[in-house]
Amino acid sequence: MVTTTGTGRDADTRRRLWAAAAAVTDPELPMLTLADLGILREVEVEEDGTAAVWITPTYSGCPALAEMRVDVDRAVRAAGFGKVEVRTALSPAWTTDWITDEGRRKLSEHGISPPGGAPRRPAGPVPLTLMPTRTVPRCPLCGAADTEELSRFGATSCKSLHRCRTCLEPFEHVKEI
Amino acid sequence: MSGENIFTGLTEEHGGDARWAFGTGFTEALAGVDTTLPEGVDGADLAAYCQMLGDDALIQSQRLIHWVTDAPELEEEVALANIALDLLGQARLLLARAGQADGTGRDEDAFAYRRPAAEFRNVCLTEIPRGDFARCVTTLLVLSTWRLALFTRLADSRDPVLAAIAAKGVNELAYHREYAVSWALRLGDGTPYSNERMREAVADVWPRTGELFATHPVEAALADRGAGVDPASVREEVRGVLDQVLTTATLPAPGDFPEAGVAGRDGRHTGELAPLLEELQRVAREHPEATW
Repeated sequence: MVTTTGTGRDADTRRRLWAAAAAVTDPELPMLTLADLGILREVEVEEDGTAAVWITPTYSGCPALAEMRVDVDRAVRAAGFGKVEVRTALSPAWTTDWITDEGRRKLSEHGISPPGGAPRRPAGPVPLTLMPTRTVPRCPLCGAADTEELSRFGATSCKSLHRCRTCLEPFEHVKEI
Repeated sequence: MSGENIFTGLTEEHGGDARWAFGTGFTEALAGVDTTLPEGVDGADLAAYCQMLGDDALIQSQRLIHWVTDAPELEEEVALANIALDLLGQARLLLARAGQADGTGRDEDAFAYRRPAAEFRNVCLTEIPRGDFARCVTTLLVLSTWRLALFTRLADSRDPVLAAIAAKGVNELAYHREYAVSWALRLGDGTPYSNERMREAVADVWPRTGELFATHPVEAALADRGAGVDPASVREEVRGVLDQVLTTATLPAPGDFPEAGVAGRDGRHTGELAPLLEELQRVAREHPEATW
C-alpha cells in the first residue's frame, strides 16, 4: 500500500512514517501489526508537516479502534513527527482478505486459525444460505483437518471458537467476513 | 487523543469529572473523513435519514443487550452481544454523520443521550420488549433481513459516507441474518414445542412489520436524489427471503406484510421506548458534565 511519490527526502520521510505506523500492534491480536491486519491504509506528510495516517475499522463497532489510534499517535510521535493526525478511512470496507500472508502465518504460529477467503459479494441481494456452508478450519496446533465449531461467536467480534477432534484442544479461528 | 496513551487519557483531569469508561470518547467515529455533502442533497434531509437508520441500530442494539447474562446458553449471549456491538458501531457512524450533515455539529452522544423519545426516528419493531428467545430470533430475522436489503442498495448511495457505512454494514448484517436463520430453522423444525413457540413469536411479530415498508417523505426525497433507499422498494425481496426461511422451518408463511403508515419515523412510538431510553440515558443525564 505504500505509494511513494516524489524522491529523495520526501519519500524517505514518508517511508519512515509508514514504518512507524505499520509496526503498531493490534490490542486484541497482539501478534499482528496494523500492517499485517491490513487496516493501515495510507500515510502522508502534508505541507504543514502534519503526519497523517489513515486506518480503517475492522468491524463497525470495533472497540479496539480508539486504542489503536492512540497507539499510532504515540508511535508516530516517537518516530520524530511533531504533529500527528490519525484519520478514519471507511472505504473500501475492510474484509479478512486484507490480512497479509505474513499476518496469516503469525496467527497460525500463535495457535489461531487464519481466515479462508472472504465471502464473495456479487452485486444484488446477498444470497440466503439455509444450509451450513462454512469452511472447516484446520487445527492450528496439530494440523488435523477434523475439527468442530463450538461457537460461531467468540471473545472478540472477529473470532469463532473451535475444537480439534484429533488433539482435542480448543482453538480460535478468525472468521471470514 | 491528547494523552500519552489511553490510560493517561482515562485519568486526565476534566474539571473534576473523570472519564466514565474505557474505550469511549477519545475520537469521533468519523474523525478525518471527508464530510462534504453530495450535490443536490439537502443537509437536513440527509441528517434526518441518517438519524432514522442510526436510531434503528441503536435501539435494536439496546434491546439485544438485555440478553446479556440472561441468554439460554453462554454461546448465544456472546452471539447476541456481538451482534449488538456491530449495530452500535453502525449507529455511532450514522449519528455522527447526522450531526455533520445538519450543520449543528452535534456528536453521537448528543443524539444518543440527550434526545427525548419523541425525537427518536427508529421503527417501532426495534423497541418492542425482548420477549422469549423465539421472539428474539424472529425479530432479529425480520430486522436483519430488512436492513440487509436496505444496506445492499445503500452501498450505491451518492453520499460517499453513507455508501461506505452501508458497504461495511452489509458484511455484518449478512451474518446477523445467518444467525437468525439458523435458529429459526432449528426451533421451527425442532420439537413440536419449539415449533409452537416459534409460531407464537411469528404471530406476535408479524402485525408490527408493516411500518418497515412505509415510506417517510425524507426517505422518498433521499431516494429521489440517489442518496437513500425507499423502503417500499425492498418489500418483495424481504418477503421472498422470509417466506423461504419460514417454509423451510416448517412454520406457516404468514402472508403479506400488513399495510401500515409511518409511525416511529415521525417520532410516534410505543410506550416501550421511553423506559428503554430512561435506562440508556440515565448515567448521561445524571452526570451531564462528565466526559464520556
